[in-house]
Amino acid sequence: MSVLARPRGPFDAFSRWANHNRKWVLAAPAMVFVALLIIFPVGWTLYLSLTDASGSVRAESEFIGLENYFDVLTDTERFWPAVLRTAAFTGGALLFEMGLGMCIALLLWRPFRGEKWVRVAILLPLVATPVAVGMMWRLIFEPNIGFANQMLSWFGIPAQPWLSGQTTALPTLIFIDIWQWTPMVVLILLAGLTSLSDEPDEAARVDGATAWQRFWYVTFPLIMPTFITAILLRGIDALKTFDILYATKGKGGGSFHEVETLNVYAYGLSFDYNDYGVSSTVLIIFFLMIIGCIWLLTIRKKRSNS
Amino acid sequence: MTSTLVRETPATAPRTRQPRKRKSAAYPAFRVIMLAVIVLTFVAPLAWMVLASFKTNVDIYNPESAFVFSPTMQNYETVFGQANYLQYIFNSFWIGLASTALSLILGVPAAYSMSRFVMKKSAALVLLARIIPGVSLLVPWYLIFSNLRLVGSYEVLILSHMFVALPLIVYIMMSFFDSLPLELEEQAQVDGLTPIGAFLRISLPLSVPGIATAGILSFIFSWNNFMFALVLSGARTKTLPVAIFDFVAYASIDWGGLMAAAVIITIPIMVIALFTQKYIVSGLTAGATKG
Repeated sequence: MSVLARPRGPFDAFSRWANHNRKWVLAAPAMVFVALLIIFPVGWTLYLSLTDASGSVRAESEFIGLENYFDVLTDTERFWPAVLRTAAFTGGALLFEMGLGMCIALLLWRPFRGEKWVRVAILLPLVATPVAVGMMWRLIFEPNIGFANQMLSWFGIPAQPWLSGQTTALPTLIFIDIWQWTPMVVLILLAGLTSLSDEPDEAARVDGATAWQRFWYVTFPLIMPTFITAILLRGIDALKTFDILYATKGKGGGSFHEVETLNVYAYGLSFDYNDYGVSSTVLIIFFLMIIGCIWLLTIRKKRSNS
Repeated sequence: MTSTLVRETPATAPRTRQPRKRKSAAYPAFRVIMLAVIVLTFVAPLAWMVLASFKTNVDIYNPESAFVFSPTMQNYETVFGQANYLQYIFNSFWIGLASTALSLILGVPAAYSMSRFVMKKSAALVLLARIIPGVSLLVPWYLIFSNLRLVGSYEVLILSHMFVALPLIVYIMMSFFDSLPLELEEQAQVDGLTPIGAFLRISLPLSVPGIATAGILSFIFSWNNFMFALVLSGARTKTLPVAIFDFVAYASIDWGGLMAAAVIITIPIMVIALFTQKYIVSGLTAGATKG
């Protein structure tokens, strides 16, 4: 065609080179960007974690080896409670989100009238800005004027401190996370359910299996890979939760650090106290913990895939 | 339907049919009630926020005017009058659009290449960004950009939001290209197009729905992002999620103004979501079901 008739020039040479190496020509810009914006900062964080960097940006910092790691790992006042809170928040949120998400997905599975409206209702919390959502729940859970306590009073239950209580704050925040992110689990599981073929379910029905048996022995094992993907996606985000915690409790996870998770702790060390060395150490340990969890889950997923 | 086939023996047939029939009559009613509860649970808090944004602070403090009150626009006047919200709305839009556009330009070809040539390690590198806690990037960024006196500029904010957008776009587009048939592209190459030409003229136009999905989700994520702008924005370049904290003073909170600001943040994103529902759902579940 016309390509053959075109006069050859430097552009053609470039074009031939680009086409020959298109695998990297197309991927390289994004890869370079990621490397600059991610690999380099993570490398720097690793370096900072081995120094006593702190205070002003230009202050000299000294290389102190693994001292920060020793300090952080033996810190039972802020670090380990933060680890426990992170685990409690993520575990609690995941447990309810996966359970409720599975139930709701099964309810929405087969077509029904008004399906569109239910789907819209489910999408709303998902796209709402987390900070605005945090402010919204802050008003609803306000101890004196909030609607939550007003509702309790209808049933004669005494008012609760909710977000402002030292022991009630974390469970309340788990509830908010469940409200906002269960829809995500529903959407993923629903996508998994609708991609299943009807045959195994029908076969089990013909064999006389009850609805529960058909779910537990047929449907659930079939969507297990999707289920684990949902745990992975939601788990990673729950571990890193920051917006809602900051919007409702402010700096440091409340006056008694009652909702201070690892993410909030690391943020505070970095940007409230400029303690870059220690915060980098916390972040590296945090990062390794996340990788560990993902590794465990993907092993499980591979097993259920095969 | 097939329930009558379950047991052919006459002795057991009526017994198995009976409970099944009763159950199938009860289930639709149960389902309707449960669905109503679900819809109410997800919508009611948002409705409460909208209601409160039209109340005076006196009405907010009075439980008797929970549902019956005379609506006022006063809070919205505060938000647009005293606080410089038009500027913040512009900031959020501009940073969202720019970071989405730039990430699409970088991410779509990369996703194509990674999907076409099964570059698993490269893909893993980009997806690593989904896993890393944002603070660990913010520390070095902040140190670098404050040395360069760039903190508070749009460029830095756009760059930081691209960190969220790019992996998301690569992730969504990879699963989109995976499902795109390549025969047309190969045919075009037989007809004389170069491989890159075939990508640009054949596969790219075919992937417009996928690009729309990735773009919309990336914009939403940028709009909702809080942590990066909290550290890297200045008084002039604040985005909406950061600006809402102007209504939270140490001692007292202007609840009416705060709720009006919250509504202003959530409304644009919800309107976009309602009109692009199909895309958002397919984007959020992209790749999730393939295992």
